[in-house]
Amino acid sequence: MMDGSKFDDALTGEQKIRNFNINFGPQHPAAHGVLRLVLELDGEVVERCDPHIGLLHRGTEKLMESRTYLQNLPYFDRLDYVAPMNQEHAWCLAIEKLTGVEVPRRASLIRVLYSEIGRVLNHLLNVTTQALDVGALTPPLWGFEEREKLMIFYERACGARLHAAYFRPGGVHQDLPDDLIDDIEQWAHEFPDLLSDIDGLLTENRIFKQRNVDIGVVTEEEIQQYGFSGVMVRGSGLAWDLRRAQPYECYDEFDFQIPVGKNGDCYDRYLCRMEEMRQSVSIIKQAIAKLREATGDVLARGKITPPSRTDMKTSMESLIHHFKLYTEGFHVPEGEVYCAVEAPKGEFGVYLVADGSNKPYRCKIRAPGFLHLQAMDHISTGHQLADVAAIIGTMDVVFGEIDR
Amino acid sequence: MTEALNELGTYIEAKRPDCVLAWDVTHAELNIDVAPANIVGFVDFLTSDSSCRFSTLVDITAVDYPGRAKRFDVVYHFLSMYQNHRIRLRLSIREDEMVPSIVDVHPSSNWFEREVFDMFGILFSGHPDLRRILTDYGFRGHPLRKDFPTTGYTEVRYDEVEKRVVYEPVSLVQEYRQFDFMSPWEGAEYILPGDEKKEAEAK
Repeated sequence: MMDGSKFDDALTGEQKIRNFNINFGPQHPAAHGVLRLVLELDGEVVERCDPHIGLLHRGTEKLMESRTYLQNLPYFDRLDYVAPMNQEHAWCLAIEKLTGVEVPRRASLIRVLYSEIGRVLNHLLNVTTQALDVGALTPPLWGFEEREKLMIFYERACGARLHAAYFRPGGVHQDLPDDLIDDIEQWAHEFPDLLSDIDGLLTENRIFKQRNVDIGVVTEEEIQQYGFSGVMVRGSGLAWDLRRAQPYECYDEFDFQIPVGKNGDCYDRYLCRMEEMRQSVSIIKQAIAKLREATGDVLARGKITPPSRTDMKTSMESLIHHFKLYTEGFHVPEGEVYCAVEAPKGEFGVYLVADGSNKPYRCKIRAPGFLHLQAMDHISTGHQLADVAAIIGTMDVVFGEIDR
Repeated sequence: MTEALNELGTYIEAKRPDCVLAWDVTHAELNIDVAPANIVGFVDFLTSDSSCRFSTLVDITAVDYPGRAKRFDVVYHFLSMYQNHRIRLRLSIREDEMVPSIVDVHPSSNWFEREVFDMFGILFSGHPDLRRILTDYGFRGHPLRKDFPTTGYTEVRYDEVEKRVVYEPVSLVQEYRQFDFMSPWEGAEYILPGDEKKEAEAK
């Protein structure tokens, strides 16, 4: 017994080493929502990764087919709930393209301002929680404090912290008060300090670098094959940004840089996001300067927008128009369009098929995270189990938009 | 912009006349109607041709037109990051037809095709793993078809007695309401009980 003769059964060929399957999520904190990954592990190395999505599927596209264009707008807040207004933007652009409505300048600037606030909101959440996934506790605490301030700006503009419904076809719902603009400017001056604080915590942090450098490398070829967009592209050195390449709204008159990475790994994507926040702050400052000069209406008054309150009190036609707009809704001419915006996560697109009635015939929401997550199997194969969390983190997945 | 797209449309039609059934540029977007059988070769051409270089697949979706003989439109969107232009391909297929999968050309089409299958029940031939993607495990029906009710057919709840989730037919406490706000002067077709005149007209 003690000579070891009885123990050699563990070494016979009868017992084969079998790969280990584990279920990652849907309740795992690093899954960033309700992601279920079926992982096949060889020791600690991922052999296969099968993401199961759809646990947050709410049938948005089906619901949209039975609601009017305006009633559909709030669904877009609920897609990527980290940066709600950027989604609304795509919907408004699609309707405006079909109806041919020109957005007033002030509304356009407000949209840019709030889209950039949304970008900062998103990147703050992503950068800091990704750091949390790889072991840093402090960044989310600092980042969320700043997010809180930004959500208060949301609230002061539209009354809701998250589900804004602020961008409307033809402009934005309400004008911004002057003191809000002042406060946003004040914040834009203070925010870079916090960014450099987070920068100081993470950028040269030994553990953070060990967990991110050379993890989840994405090459230019993979970008094309897997249809990546946003930071997943820019982290690999392609300066592709829809705000620059296919300008929408009034982005063409803003001066900003597009940060690109070099290696396409998780660490470069982190650096890109940090720099994008700085660029967003610069856009916010420019937008505020322009907003101070551009006074005027924030809605293109016409068929698709409500009349002003004063008109409603004096003109019968306006009152009827208001009533019909909020019951029947406006009609969108027949046609199909695809409108995309550079959402913080990548290209967020809306493919809208209108049949001339007050409801969309079909609306397809193209979420960037859907494609990023799809490549999970490809990217994570060969990495360690612990890297899976880091990769999901930098892919920036939010299940509201992936599952729709 | 429209000028360049017109040029591109003409070029593509000249290069692949067998694939292009029709093309047009509306709302500054290039649409091409493609024959379903040729889609794989055509997409491959669009990806590799130097003046197209539609290297990124943006989206695949479908639209259901129950009134048509060719019931579904399968719609592909492509983007070229190099040439900075977009294209939309449309295929019309019957309900019982299959669409060749483009997963060999664009690996990213994998989930999109799964989604279209899940939502519309369109089958893609040559797809490696055509499972449902967004709906529940064991779900039946294809929700985005126009004849699928918005309320669905089954509902789930946790049963305290059986200690598991049970599926039951949908029972709504209040009838599902679908308001019709369309103005009676344009579009809405109301059914008036006892409207003999209209019935006589129909005959």
